[in-house]
Amino acid sequence: MSTIILETSGLSKAFSGFTAVDRVDLRIETGTIHALIGPNGAGKTTCFNLLTKFLQPSAGRILFQGEDITRLKPADVARRGMVRSFQISAVFGQLSTLENVRIALQRDRGGSFDFWRSSDSLTRYDDRARALLTDVGLETFADTPAAELSYGRKRALEIATTLALDPPLLLLDEPTAGMAEPDVARIVTLIRRLRTGRTILMVEHNLSVVSGLSDRITVLTRGRVLAEGPYETVSKDPAVITAYLGTDHA
Amino acid sequence: MLGFSRTQSVALAVLVLVVIAAPFLLYPIVVMQVMCYAIFAMGTNLLMGSVGLLSLGQAAYFGLGGYVAGYLVQSVGLTPELGIIAGGAAGALLGTGFGWLAIRRQDIYFAMVTLALAQIVYFAAVQATGFTGGENGIQGIARGDLFGHLPLKSDHAMYVVVAVIFLAGVVFVHRIVNSPFGQVVKAVRDNEPRMISLGYRTDAYKGMIFVLAALFAGVAGATKAMVMGIVTLSDVGATTSGLVVLMVLLGGIGTIFGPIVGAAIVVAMQYYLAPFGAWVIVIQGAIFMVCVLVFRRGIIGEVAFRLRTPL
Repeated sequence: MSTIILETSGLSKAFSGFTAVDRVDLRIETGTIHALIGPNGAGKTTCFNLLTKFLQPSAGRILFQGEDITRLKPADVARRGMVRSFQISAVFGQLSTLENVRIALQRDRGGSFDFWRSSDSLTRYDDRARALLTDVGLETFADTPAAELSYGRKRALEIATTLALDPPLLLLDEPTAGMAEPDVARIVTLIRRLRTGRTILMVEHNLSVVSGLSDRITVLTRGRVLAEGPYETVSKDPAVITAYLGTDHA
Repeated sequence: MLGFSRTQSVALAVLVLVVIAAPFLLYPIVVMQVMCYAIFAMGTNLLMGSVGLLSLGQAAYFGLGGYVAGYLVQSVGLTPELGIIAGGAAGALLGTGFGWLAIRRQDIYFAMVTLALAQIVYFAAVQATGFTGGENGIQGIARGDLFGHLPLKSDHAMYVVVAVIFLAGVVFVHRIVNSPFGQVVKAVRDNEPRMISLGYRTDAYKGMIFVLAALFAGVAGATKAMVMGIVTLSDVGATTSGLVVLMVLLGGIGTIFGPIVGAAIVVAMQYYLAPFGAWVIVIQGAIFMVCVLVFRRGIIGEVAFRLRTPL
């Protein structure tokens, strides 16, 4: 018996006349890796922005762990345990790699407005931060400013920072976008390790990544759900093949 | 020392020596004015440097601090230190309200909102003649006795008070920047959406920095009122807001010591170029343009970059 961690009903977003997301019903089961795919402009990233409340939906409801989060602010959604990544790598360039991870760890220390205290008081997070960096293979870069890391390592750092919050639901926006093949393999291994104890919803273009990782797939086109199911079923769906994979795949 | 890096400790030691030696070499009133504007600029730099917000209305808090201190000391008879504390508190209080409004906007819209709010304060100051003295300002404020006992009539006694406030301000700014709070603020400047996605309510952090900047402005304005014995409309006007931004940019945005150097240069220019009359503004503009074209990091910013160390 599976439980639903995230559910949307009739989720819609219209931008001055253009409907980017049109009555989308999603049900993400706890503990699964769920992929959201579709051609460019299908509304995948808009969907992510709606779920994490970076955009306010025009209509519809979002339930996270059984609670209505449709009206929450994005920071509060994150605090409830749904944390997203971004398409462009999102690190804090001026901070060191270690400080990047620490920023996430120190969030719940309470009183983070203590401008009178020395930042030496943050060193107690260093061990956990280092452990997380080791997890993603960045332990030797702890003192490097994040801006100087290579693209693949920035993505790895971003994942380490996200993991520091230990979120039950992780939203990954194209985790392998713009990556070379060896980096892709590393991220895929990482995601596979991440999944224990949590649910992952991801937008991904790389179909080999999707087929290898995900338990369920939702195909979006023009803001609507076209098909849903396991990769084998969805990839054979004629509607999906024409709309997304192109006729020459048939 | 106090969490300062080695280079910063050296710079701080040099600064302390300069503060001690300056009144013997220069006109103490001018040096005190530099220190007051430096406190003002350090606060403004918190906004510009650590969170990347350009406020064009910092004079509102500076001027209000001056008016409150001047009024309380002259008309109510408070001691000067209470006047300065009240001036700082008034600045911070106004900053809480205005900050709450302004941080809802980004970039140029933020700058415009701060400018508009400051203009409201300016015109209120023009009208509220009972409190501000209107066009005349508050004049002839007697410095009184510190803690009710130590007379500050002599410039040298006043100098010690200003120097202590100023140096405390330097240490305080450094601590803010290097606190856990400062780390969060730095990350917000680097990538605000990412901080939100990590669950940080970033507006609250920006608001807090805004209040701290207003606190510095209020203390600076109040201290300057005590030094000069006069508060005028120009203290609360848009030109002063522009001047403090110029100080920060000239000295080095996001550095600890830059705003101090910037304040020294701008005040010195105003003082020593005074014979040129209205041309001062033209000369300042030219210097500003050269600065932006030749060394964008500002003077201290450029030195820090060359030495590869924060200053």
